Amino acid sequence: MPLLSGNDTVVRQRINRKPSRTIASVLPWLTVMFGSMAPGWLLIASAPVLPPFGFLMFIAWRQLRPGLMPMWAGLPLGLFDDLFSGSPFGSAVLLWSLSTIVLDHVETRLPWRNFLTEWLVAIGLIVAYIALCLGVTNIAGASAPIRVIVPQVVISVIIYPLVGRFVALMDHIRLTPFVVMR
Amino acid sequence: MAPPANRRSGFSRRAQYSTFFQYTAGVLGAVVGLGLLVVSIVNPNAFSTLRGAAADLTESPAQATAGGRRASKNFIEEIGGFLQSGREHARLERELAEAKVRIAKAQATETENLRLKQLLNLREDDAQPVAYARLVSSTGASARRFATLGAGTDKGVAKGMPVRSQMGLVGRVLEVGMSSSRVLLITDTESVVPVRRAKDGVPAFAQGHGDGTIRIRLVNLGLNPLRKGDVMVTSGSGGLYRPGTPLAVITELLRDGAVARVLSNPSDTDYVVVERAWAPPPPPPPAEPAPGSE
Repeated sequence: MPLLSGNDTVVRQRINRKPSRTIASVLPWLTVMFGSMAPGWLLIASAPVLPPFGFLMFIAWRQLRPGLMPMWAGLPLGLFDDLFSGSPFGSAVLLWSLSTIVLDHVETRLPWRNFLTEWLVAIGLIVAYIALCLGVTNIAGASAPIRVIVPQVVISVIIYPLVGRFVALMDHIRLTPFVVMR
Repeated sequence: MAPPANRRSGFSRRAQYSTFFQYTAGVLGAVVGLGLLVVSIVNPNAFSTLRGAAADLTESPAQATAGGRRASKNFIEEIGGFLQSGREHARLERELAEAKVRIAKAQATETENLRLKQLLNLREDDAQPVAYARLVSSTGASARRFATLGAGTDKGVAKGMPVRSQMGLVGRVLEVGMSSSRVLLITDTESVVPVRRAKDGVPAFAQGHGDGTIRIRLVNLGLNPLRKGDVMVTSGSGGLYRPGTPLAVITELLRDGAVARVLSNPSDTDYVVVERAWAPPPPPPPAEPAPGSE
């Protein structure tokens, strides 16, 4: 029976294995850092059109696994994002830390959760984040009008569920058992 | 995933403390961020070394994706070109014939120019490029328009040097790292370039609009002489930008100026040229006071 034996190998691959401890703890941080770094490589944009992928991944990880990254994760990850984002240095550290606290509070208040509520909470955070980023940049002297960020807000809000799917996939990979137990 | 149902720490001192410290650490992060932000607003160059080091470190993967970006664009262009090659070919031949006539005229003008300049004893300083490099990344998610250039002090790039492509001005170098540098694109709202209309020299300023277009502000107020399709070139006043570099073409007229489209879209350019910062020729020495006038 080839079908069953094929199944058997899959099962045998799973048996007596555990997820790698390193990957399980490091992968979330790596994906967020990759999200802040890589989108700038895709195109030389002459207008803010790319969503802030680092922030989206950060929010998605915190919604999927609230306790996985500690409350202070916004400090190192925001520092890393600031190196590449182009906003005044420190804006991501401040806003990511604040959004962590806000998200934590919202999650304790909301008795139930589903796709729509999570998306709505994320939409609120994303819109506030992009608008505050623009505000901080303007305080530092850019004086960009607010209509500049409208396309970016729309794209970010629409793409957020996809980022959530990607983070879920990463979580699956994170917990795939492949290290042989002894 | 739902958060753990039991969030209360109960009577356990240890659990209470750990929750408390978690929140304290979160708030501390926000405070640190606020401090960094204030420092960077007061002194925008405070963290340029850090940023430069980060850009240097990530330069090689960025270079690789820049190559990939170029290749994918070429692939799409090739398919598009295949579909309309016949029409395009005919048009190009017609344009080439016109261009040949124009280039003959231009050569004549150039030689005449040279002769006139020799008559006036003007020195011809040629635009010697400092470096050729790729724009490897940009801040696509921020309201500021910075790009990272794949050349730094190792290729002689210095702060303030203008960056251009074959099509026109791209920006100027803002911070320099070891093997990369940060370029302020002309579409940024803080970039102001003195320009003039190519055909008759109406002076104006070109300021970035933040959304990829450029706002042209006339120096002389009054009747707006600009028309749609006018090409603006740098005027070189104040130095820095070499005069005559094409910059933008006007697409929409406003009461006191115009909105213009950038000629060299940085995402279409493969390599850019870093030029030496241009300095205007020194003013002629003041005339000697006539002897005995005092």
